[in-house]
Amino acid sequence: MTDITKTSRFLDYAPAPESPSILHLRKNYGLFINGDFVKGHGKPFKTISPATEATIAEIANANARDVDAAVAAARRAYDTTWSKLSGADRGKYLFRIARLVQERARELAVAESLDNGKPIKEARDVDVPLVAAWFFYYAGWADKLDYAGLGPNPRALGVAAQVIPWNFPLLMLAWKIAPALAAGNTVVLKPAETTPLSALIFAEILQQADLPAGVVNIITGAGDTGEALVNHPDVNKVAFTGSTAVGRAIAKSIAGTGKKVTLELGGKAANIVFDDAPIDQAVEGIVNGIFFNQGHVCCAGSRLLVQENVHDEVVDRLKTRLATLRLGDPLDKNTDIGAINSREQLDRIRELSDIGEAEGAERWTAECVIPDKGFWFAPTIFTGVETSSRIAREEIFGPVLSVLTFRTPAEAIAKANNTPYGLSAGIWSDKGSKILAVADQLRAGVIWANTFNRFDPASPFGGYKESGYGREGGRHGLAAYLESAGWGAPSSPKGISTVTKGASK
Amino acid sequence: MSRLAVPKTYKLYIGGKFPRSESGRTYEVATREGAFLANAALASRKDARDAVVAARAAIAGWAGTTGYNRGQVLYRIAELLEGRRAQFVDELVAAEAVSAAVAGRQVDTAIDAWVWYAGWADKYVQVAGNGNPVSGPYFNLSTPEATGVVAIVAPQGATGSLLGLVSVVAPAIVSGNTVVVIANQASPLSAISLAEVLATSDVPGGVVNILTGSPAEIAPWLAGHADVNALDLAGAEALAWVDLQIMAADTLKRVLPPENGAPSPSLERIVALTETKTVWHTKSLI
Repeated sequence: MTDITKTSRFLDYAPAPESPSILHLRKNYGLFINGDFVKGHGKPFKTISPATEATIAEIANANARDVDAAVAAARRAYDTTWSKLSGADRGKYLFRIARLVQERARELAVAESLDNGKPIKEARDVDVPLVAAWFFYYAGWADKLDYAGLGPNPRALGVAAQVIPWNFPLLMLAWKIAPALAAGNTVVLKPAETTPLSALIFAEILQQADLPAGVVNIITGAGDTGEALVNHPDVNKVAFTGSTAVGRAIAKSIAGTGKKVTLELGGKAANIVFDDAPIDQAVEGIVNGIFFNQGHVCCAGSRLLVQENVHDEVVDRLKTRLATLRLGDPLDKNTDIGAINSREQLDRIRELSDIGEAEGAERWTAECVIPDKGFWFAPTIFTGVETSSRIAREEIFGPVLSVLTFRTPAEAIAKANNTPYGLSAGIWSDKGSKILAVADQLRAGVIWANTFNRFDPASPFGGYKESGYGREGGRHGLAAYLESAGWGAPSSPKGISTVTKGASK
Repeated sequence: MSRLAVPKTYKLYIGGKFPRSESGRTYEVATREGAFLANAALASRKDARDAVVAARAAIAGWAGTTGYNRGQVLYRIAELLEGRRAQFVDELVAAEAVSAAVAGRQVDTAIDAWVWYAGWADKYVQVAGNGNPVSGPYFNLSTPEATGVVAIVAPQGATGSLLGLVSVVAPAIVSGNTVVVIANQASPLSAISLAEVLATSDVPGGVVNILTGSPAEIAPWLAGHADVNALDLAGAEALAWVDLQIMAADTLKRVLPPENGAPSPSLERIVALTETKTVWHTKSLI
């Protein structure tokens, strides 16, 4: 096989950084409560660029008192404004927001790349367009709730507490806020501690949209702020995206409260490549599956299961392809791999990678220059990984791929399902009947066949088992913010509804 | 000369078989007036764990059958229950101190519930799933499928023991789940008689596992069991059910809250014990 690693070296690109001058950043950001930015009562914290470690802005920190104020604002807005509006008007606000996101797309993309460390081309071409699409999609649902599958006149739940992660800060905000508002709920949202910036710019967009005060409240802070929010007694719905450990803690803390919950947690997805797969496309899909967004993706294809007879070919081509990826300045339009979001996350990736090596897997890392400042981790592949190895079992949440092999479809399925997680999976084969049969057997909420890491507002997303419960996206994602008002005339046989008293709590 | 009756020994129902409790324990079941009816098996932690093993083993086969097939099996349960109607009426009259008419209505309602759920087996996927019009060249379909092993505390009311059991078991198994259910503690006999119906209704062994005994004792073992996927607390109102929900959170089990009596038949109940799987496939550019 030709070594294009060397020949590609002459293809050096001149730097093409996106200018942060498009941003009109403030030095300090307050909490967005009841339509205004207000001071927080906790100790403010700084948000930094993970690529340079330079401070971007100082961010207010919400304590329990601020959480109370935000929930009270959301409750008031729900009681006095939002629940009184027609679905059509709620939809119009959401359409406005979608348009404003499109208008300020460049600015949002730059802010996201700066604060998160993701390549500008991903923020610009994936995150922000999907944010607009999410609001546009759910805007149209707001006056069509009767068709959500819950019977006529489904009811909003009330105040939704939403806590989101740092890997797709603005996109996760859209996943949470758009369906909640369309269904008629009001919201208190807490962005991640390391990535609050785009949510605060989004708050400005809400002001431009003239969204009634208190319908959306955005409070910044760390884990204790989130904890106070989800445990607030006046919250009706909890939606959380993040680690399984925190999800488990939330599930425990809300037990017995009757709060409706959506949990989007960790994953350890199998990406299964059969020997009849279109190998070139599969290699692109593997790269997209684990190196997209530096591997900071809960549904990342972090376990590559390759049929044994094509293992060497796939791994060789993968290494060749990875050697062409460009790591560096996230704001550079030619960058493929940006910065790791935080030092803490970098430490975890390093620790697990060292464990992988210590457990006997063979480590390969793409050659690339690592910048002096910031948090970086070069794309890394482990081959010869055992199913019992920690890098095959634990979520690394970084650009690290564990390669395992299989011989038969049954073995591939068994290995793919051999995890407490069940968020996503990939299948690569040119044989449709095999794909459908394997997809039937995989215990995962999203299965990508001959593609990977595709997201769409119309498509439900969410996991099995310890990857959480509930779905976001599509009709299912809307239903997660509604409760049925009953189906009216019972469709059950005569007698059943009269003899049994099934009023659920 | 009157004939001396032949009483039945009531045991557990695990993996399609009728074992005694491995603990050797039993408890006395009596009428309201205190007259002896039977010694029911007092299930232990080991019995609960055996039942989970049986339920897990039965998943692949049961969830793997077609909806049409599962529908026929559920309908078959209704047929056989109808055939043994008199037996169940007698049993309920003795156990629940109700009139034959009331007991008869309970049995009829239970039979009708099986028929109602049987019809959903090949339809709930159509109603709860859908195609998704994504913005790109992809085929994209969301379908619900069984969650896995469901542990259930059956309704514990003073009456309605048979209907309560059917109202929680039928919606769980119609989609392909397998269950471990703790029967009504005070009136467990009709549950074991129902097991005899299930055992002769083409329901594969292990799909429904029935434990008799103390929900307060057994439910925590099931709530904390890592190989249980969902916990239905329908009949757990009198238990420390919040603690059970907290235990269930360790492996992020899906939890259905306590109900007031036997839950009404509903599609919601079927769907609550399913997982939505969304499959994307590329479309080639032609």
